[in-house]
Order: sequence, then C-alpha cells, then structure tokens
Amino acid sequence: MKTIIFKTASAYLLPLLLLFSIFILLRGHYLPGGGFVGGLMASIAFVIHSFANGIDKTKNIMTFHPGFLMPVGLLLALVSGALPLFFGDTFMTGLWMENAVPVIGKVGSALFFDTGVYLVVIGVTLTIIFTISEGL
Amino acid sequence: MLIAVISGFIFALVIPMIMGKLKGKSTIWVALLPFSIFGFFLSKLPILLAGDTIKASYQWVPSIGINLDFHLDGLSFLFVLLISGIGTLVFVYTSSYLKGHQYLDRFYAYLSMFMASMLGLVLSDNIYALFIFWELTSISSFFLIGFNNDNPDSRKSAITALAITGFGGLFLMAAMVGLGQITGTSQISALIPLTDSIQSHELYGWVLVFLFIAAFTKSAQFPFHFWLPGAMKAPTPVSTYLHSATMVKAGIYLLARFTPVLGNHEWWNSTLIIVGAITMTYAAIHALFRLDLKGILAYSTISALGILVFLIGLGTKDALLAAAVFILVHALYKATLFLVTGIIDHETGTRDIRQLGGLNKVMLPVGIAAILAAISNAGIPPSFGFVGKDLIYEATLGMGDIAWLLTGLAIITNAALLFAGFLAGIKPFVGKLPEKYQKLHLPSPAMYLPPMLLGILGILFGLAPGLIEGGIIKPVVQSITGGTPDFQLKLWHGFNLILALSAITIGSGIALYFLLKPSEGLLAKVTRFEKISPHTIINKIADAFVGLSRIWTKFFQNGYLRFYLITILSFLCILLAYRFFSGVELYLDTSKLSDVTFYEAVVVVIMATAIFFTVFSNSRLTAVASLGVVGYSFCMIFLFYSAPDLAMTQFSIDTLTVILFVLVLYNLPRYLVLPDNNDKIRDGLLALVFGGLISVLTLEVMNESVTKEISEYYAKNAYILGKGKNVVNVILVDFRGFDTIVEITVLAIAAIGVFGLLKLHLKSTEKE
Amino acid sequence: MEILLVIIIGLLYAAGIYMMLRRSLVKLIIGLILLGNGANLLIFLLGKIVKGQPPIIASSEKMLGELYADPVPQALILTAIVISFGLQAFAIILVKRAYKVVKTDDLDEMNATDEDL
Repeated sequence: MKTIIFKTASAYLLPLLLLFSIFILLRGHYLPGGGFVGGLMASIAFVIHSFANGIDKTKNIMTFHPGFLMPVGLLLALVSGALPLFFGDTFMTGLWMENAVPVIGKVGSALFFDTGVYLVVIGVTLTIIFTISEGL
Repeated sequence: MLIAVISGFIFALVIPMIMGKLKGKSTIWVALLPFSIFGFFLSKLPILLAGDTIKASYQWVPSIGINLDFHLDGLSFLFVLLISGIGTLVFVYTSSYLKGHQYLDRFYAYLSMFMASMLGLVLSDNIYALFIFWELTSISSFFLIGFNNDNPDSRKSAITALAITGFGGLFLMAAMVGLGQITGTSQISALIPLTDSIQSHELYGWVLVFLFIAAFTKSAQFPFHFWLPGAMKAPTPVSTYLHSATMVKAGIYLLARFTPVLGNHEWWNSTLIIVGAITMTYAAIHALFRLDLKGILAYSTISALGILVFLIGLGTKDALLAAAVFILVHALYKATLFLVTGIIDHETGTRDIRQLGGLNKVMLPVGIAAILAAISNAGIPPSFGFVGKDLIYEATLGMGDIAWLLTGLAIITNAALLFAGFLAGIKPFVGKLPEKYQKLHLPSPAMYLPPMLLGILGILFGLAPGLIEGGIIKPVVQSITGGTPDFQLKLWHGFNLILALSAITIGSGIALYFLLKPSEGLLAKVTRFEKISPHTIINKIADAFVGLSRIWTKFFQNGYLRFYLITILSFLCILLAYRFFSGVELYLDTSKLSDVTFYEAVVVVIMATAIFFTVFSNSRLTAVASLGVVGYSFCMIFLFYSAPDLAMTQFSIDTLTVILFVLVLYNLPRYLVLPDNNDKIRDGLLALVFGGLISVLTLEVMNESVTKEISEYYAKNAYILGKGKNVVNVILVDFRGFDTIVEITVLAIAAIGVFGLLKLHLKSTEKE
Repeated sequence: MEILLVIIIGLLYAAGIYMMLRRSLVKLIIGLILLGNGANLLIFLLGKIVKGQPPIIASSEKMLGELYADPVPQALILTAIVISFGLQAFAIILVKRAYKVVKTDDLDEMNATDEDL
C-alpha cells in the first residue's frame, strides 16, 4: 500500500484529520461528537499514516509510546472529576467558567473530562493496533 | 455474659497471631481463658442457690426475631460449668500433650472457638441463635477431628462427623422455624407457657421429628451413632472435651431444654425411651468387644448418652433428677478415663488393650486417677457414680407395667459399662508390666493432675452430695420440670431393692471382667455384622450420591464449549416458548409503526445479505469484509433514526475492527473443514429458533409502554444543569461521568492485556 | 420499518449463535461480534425510534422539544460499541496467542487444561 500518492496524501491527511478530531471533541457538548468519537478519529488518522509510511515513522512523529496516553487521560478525567471536591461540592459536579470562550463556548470541567476520554481512547486504540502489527 | 461468650471467638482469632511469636514456650497460660470464664459463672452461684435465673439480651437482627438473648438457669449453669471447668483442664492438659506441635496455635484457636460456641449454645434463649451456635459447634468439631489433616482416615472421619451433625443441624433449623411459626415468638423461655397450644398444633409432630433427628445426630443415638467412634481419630484432648463431656451432650441439652415445652406427650416419651434403650444396650454390648482403648470409651460414651435419652424419655421427676446427676457423673469419670487413655497413648505409643498392663509401677498417680474414675463409673460406693446409678434404678422401677423390662435393660447396660470402665481404667495398670515399658516415666503434672482432680471430684461428690445439691442439681431439675424440687441426694439409702440391684450390676460386671478376655477373634465376630450396620448403609448411600453426581457432572461439564451453549440456549428457548404459548397473547399495533422508505429497505436488504455472507462464506476475508458491511449498515440505520453520535462512533469502530482483523487474519488458522452436516442442521435450527424467539420478544416488548422518566429528566436538565446541548454527550461526561471513568479504565486494561499477551515472553514450557 | 429491524435483530442473533456453535475459534469471535450488534440494535429499537429528531437541543432553546430520540439508549449503545471494540481486540489476540501455543483452533481439542495437549 506504500504508493507515492497515498504517502503524500497521508502526510497532509494526518494533521488535517487530527485537527478534525479535536474539532469533534470540542464541539461534542453542543453538537454530535465528543471524546469517544474524537479519539477514534485521531487513532484512524495515525493508523492511516502508519499504513502509508510504516509504523516506525508514525512512532517517530508521536515521539512517545501511545500507551503513555492512557494513564495521562485517566488522570485528567479523574482530576477533573475530583476538582469540585476542593470547592466543597461532591465528586463530578460540573464546574463552569463565567464567560464563554469564542469557538468552543463555555469551558467547564466536563470538557477536561471529555479530553481525558479522548486521550485514553487514542492510547488504547493505538496500543492495540501498533502492538498487533509489530507482533506479527 | 456476652463478653464471656464472645471472648472465646476473639481469642480464637488472636491466638494464632501471638502464638507464632512464642514458639517453644510453655503454653499453659492459655488455660486462663476458660478458667476465668469458669470463675465468672461460678460467682453466679448464690443467685442460682436462691432459685433465681439471670437474663441478658443483645439485639442482633431484631426484624426477624434473631437476638442474642442469654438465659442462665440451672440447666445452663450445669453445662456452663462443665464446659468451662473441663475446658480449663483440657487446655492445661493440651499444653503438655501437644507440646511443641507445629500447629498448637491453631489447635487452641479451634478449641476456644468450640468452647465459645458451646457456651453460646447452652446460654441461648433464642431459638435462632441456638441454631447458629449449634452449627458452630459442628464446624469447630469438624476442624478438631480433622486436626491431623495429613492422615486420610482423620479427614474421612471429620467429613463423616460433619455430614451427620450438619444433616442434623438442618433439621434443628426446621424444628426451630416450625416452633417459631406455631408460637410467633423466638424466645425459649416464652415458649413454656404455650405448651398446650404447641402440643395440640398440627405441626407438633413435625417439630418433634425434626428436633429428635437433630438431637440424635448430635448425641450419637442409634442409628446415627457411628460418627462418634470415627471421631476418636482426633487428638485425645478433643475426644475428652467434645466427644464425651460437652458437644455430644448438646443433643441431651436440647432434649432437656425442650422437655418443659414439648415433653410429657405420648410421642415424645415413647420415641425417646425406645431410641435411648436401643442405643444404650447396643453400644454397651459393642463396647465389650473393642480392643482399642478409645474405641471402648467411644462405645461406652454412646451407651451413656443412650441412658440419658432414655431417662429424659421416662420423663418422671425421678428420671429427670437421675439424668441431671448422671450428666455430671458421666462427664467426670469419662473425661478422666479419656485423659488417662491419652497419657497411656502418649507414653507407650499404643492403645491396644491386650498389650497394656502393670503401668502402675511407672506412673502411679495416673493409675490412681484411672482407678477412681473406674470406681465411679462402676457405681461402687462411695463414689458419685453410685448415687447416679441408684437414681437410675429408682426411676426405672417407678415405671409401672414395664418397670422390670426397663430395669433389666438398665442392668445389662450398666454391667457392660462397668466392664468397659474396668477395661479402660484398671486393666492397663494392674498385672505384669511388659518388658518394653520398664523405662517409661511419669509425664508432666500438667497431664496427670487434670484427670486426678476429676477423679477425686467423682468420689468427693459421692461422699458429700450436699456440695452440689443446692447449687447445681436442684436448679437443673427445676428448669427441666418447672416445679420446685423436693429431694435430697444421699449416698446411703439403707438396705433395699435398689441396693440389691446395684449389687447385681457390680457383681455381674466384675464377673464379665474376669471371664471375657478381649481378643481378635471376638472383634472379628462382631465386625461380621458390620455389613448390615447403619454405618455401612449410610456409607453406601453416600457413595451412590458421589457416583450420581460424577455422572451428572460429566454429562453437563463435558469440556465442549458448544454443548454448554446448546444446553443454556435450549433451556432458554423452552422457557421463552412456554411463556409465549401459555399466557401471552401476541398482537401487533401496526398504527404505531413508522413507514419504510426506499433507502431504508435497501440498507436492510444489504445488511441481511452481508449477514448471510458472514456466516456462510468459506473465505475468512469475505466473512470479515461482510462483517464490515454489517457495521456500516448499522451506521446508516443510526443516521436515519436520529443518532448521529452513534453513527460516527460505529463508523470509526467498524473501520478499526476491520483493520484489526485484516492485520491478524493471515496469522490466524484457516477455517476447519468439518463435513458434519448433522451438526450444522442442529445448530442452524437452534439458532433460528432462538433468533425467532428474540424477534417475537422484541415485538412484544415494543408494545409495552416505556416509562420515559429518566430520559425526560435528562432532556430537561441537560442544558440547565449540564450546560450542554448534545444530550447524549452530557449523559456520558456529566450525568453518568462516573460510569465513563470506569469504562475507559476497562478499555485501558484491555489494551494492557493485548500488549501483555503479545509482547511479554512466553514461558519456557510454551516455547516452540 | 420496525418489523424489518426486528427481523434483522432475529437474524443477527441467529447468525451469532450459529457462528458461536462452530468449532473454529475465529468463527466464535465473529459470532460474538454479530451477537453484540444484535443486542445494540435491540436496545436502540426499544428506545422507540424517531426520525430526524436527534437528542440535541436547538441553539435557541434550553430544553428538548416534545418529540426527540431517546438519549439514554444512545448513550448506552455508544458505551457498548467502544467497550466491545476493546473486547474484540482482546479476544482476537487471545485466539492468536492460543493458536500459537496449542497449534489448533479447534475448540474441541482445547477442552483440557493440562499439559498433555
């Protein structure tokens, strides 16, 4: 599958798809999308890139093992859930900023939570797929 | 009182922890626990002397009537003193008997657990708590009998004992629930005034039968007696404590406790008299032919328990008085004999009666204890046993028409018991000392003082029965009969019929002792009857059970995954089909359904085709590709029906799944070619039936009106509380965020699992 | 349309069961996936399907209108889809690893736990 066209296309596709996945993640609270879908999109972006250029190159781009994203994401989700505890609320109470940020809308703890989910999903998917393709 | 009971359980937990640090040190201090309990209860003596009782109540599960109600009356008092008193001596004895044993800590833990359960049992005033403590004694006795767990015989005996007593325990539960149903109260002391209504109730017969089975199994009555000789595999302190002095008397306690409630009824009396009489004579005669010291003692114990059941069955005041005295008499002399046997076993290494003799020359104090016990056992004046025996004859003589038959049986039993007592208590100590035992020496005082003390008490109470009359025996009789007792225990009644009977008993017993020499031949003659004994029959039933369950298990657990599935699914199909065809009316409300558009029809057709290909294609690639098509069709359906989030997720996942399969596919085996069409038809039929049933089920459920409360709550509050407009997303990250955390954790675990499976090295055995 | 979907559910269940009853490990996994899909569709259908009314609040509103697709089953299914991906990946690798060790994917030959395979 390592044709020149595919290779060239994938080089542009990766940032584009990643950007798209982040867009999906951010708008998830208001329109269809969210952490799960966004994470899957991002993984697909990396998988396509690895098909075109080989896994090693993809790994080089990432600079770290995707498995590393799993604990980071889990931690982020947990912290965003635990944050309200410091304000005297119960676990997972939503916290929101007063003013809306342009493009994204209001920023709240739910967004960080969703970002955690996003990271875990990327980590899980890429770990599985990379491990399998290397293990063969 | 609660502390006294509970302390044993706490002690059982603590002891293994501290004992480990004290390895090799003397462990005699452990006996402080039972001793302080003994002291505590003994201090209540004045209250009982005054004819009062003590009650204490602690709430446990009040909603269903289970409470820790404790009631210390005469009967409990006797048992409590026996349990803690003999317990103290056994604890002391053990410290020397099992000195340096690897699992001594464990042994003490079991022993104190047992003691606590036994105390709880005899103090309980609540029928359910009674049952719980009853079961606890069975369980701790299981551990104690199987203490030498590397010996298969010992394990087997433990299981037999547990099976029999546990079986009885279930019946006790039934009896107790029955009583609770009849009266609506769970307090034993509250049951006594209700005697008449209980005895006229239609359930009375059942309660009686259940209670009898419980008592007979625990107290080793015919035909459940056989577990007791087997239980003698336990270390001697256990045999002493559980199987002669306390636990086996729990059945007797139960009968005595419920005498005022259930007794004095024709069924009660005749059953107990018959079973007791059979047991006492059967076991006494059996005891004549044993060669093993512990075997002799085991059968004589069964016989003594038979006498007690028999006496309770007689039910007269005389008989109950005799029972009360005999409980104490028997506990004193039998514990002594067991302890002595333990010493002999410990020192000489044998319990074979034929090899033992003349041990007096090397261990005189032990011999004295044994002979004192044998005298009390034989009922020779001035021992306490003599008092007990007199009372028994007095009771049987007062039975009118059948007095002579009962007295005759009692004489035979007592003569045989005397023989057994002499064999165990006197034979090993008199005569010529065999060569090999010349070098034996006296064991430590911790071992011979306890039996000595008990032996002396057996004589002392005989010389001065007044010592225990007011504080112990009278309250016991009072709590069994309910009335105020008017009697006086006396050693000497003058020359009368009873004295003559005693003389006959003693004479014939001693004659037996000199005439009947134990030998292999006699034992063999007796064992020939084993074939028809209850033991063999029950063993056969148990074997048949094991065989049946083996066949059953092999049939269902045959190791083939698809047979498990077939079994489960067929059962489910039958259940569902039965429900549909029996009660449910199938109907379909067509007005509610939505129309089919062209696009939807196309998607459905594509999907059906893809499913068909997935199943029937012989190429794995085709199957996986078709699976992908099924997934993408799902996307379309989700899109049509307002679930954009689902459509997006399904699309991504589907892509990834196909990629995954393709990556792995060429390393996976090709499909097996198995030309077994019968199997295929069978599986196909089952699958179609199941699929059809699911479809019908779905249609039916669609007709049901669904409560939308949850959805409505989310729909209303998604923006107000969650500040989001995509309700699905708000549910995931806000309302049910906690679930999502767990979900991504699961995902991470799956990924780690995959990583581990592929990246970690194979074990050397798995390498190619 | 519901009738058609119901038939598809039945088909998915039947196909899943049939595949799981085969002796091949790969077919077992495919069967599992089909069964999972069937269950998802079942849940989806029981939430009452509605056309063109996604559970998304219009930008001018604060609540969903009268008619909307039930968001609860959707959230459930979304979770199920993602989890089942993890499950599938794990199962596929397990099969592969098992195949490597025991050299067979015939379930009938995998019914002993001992070394004497």
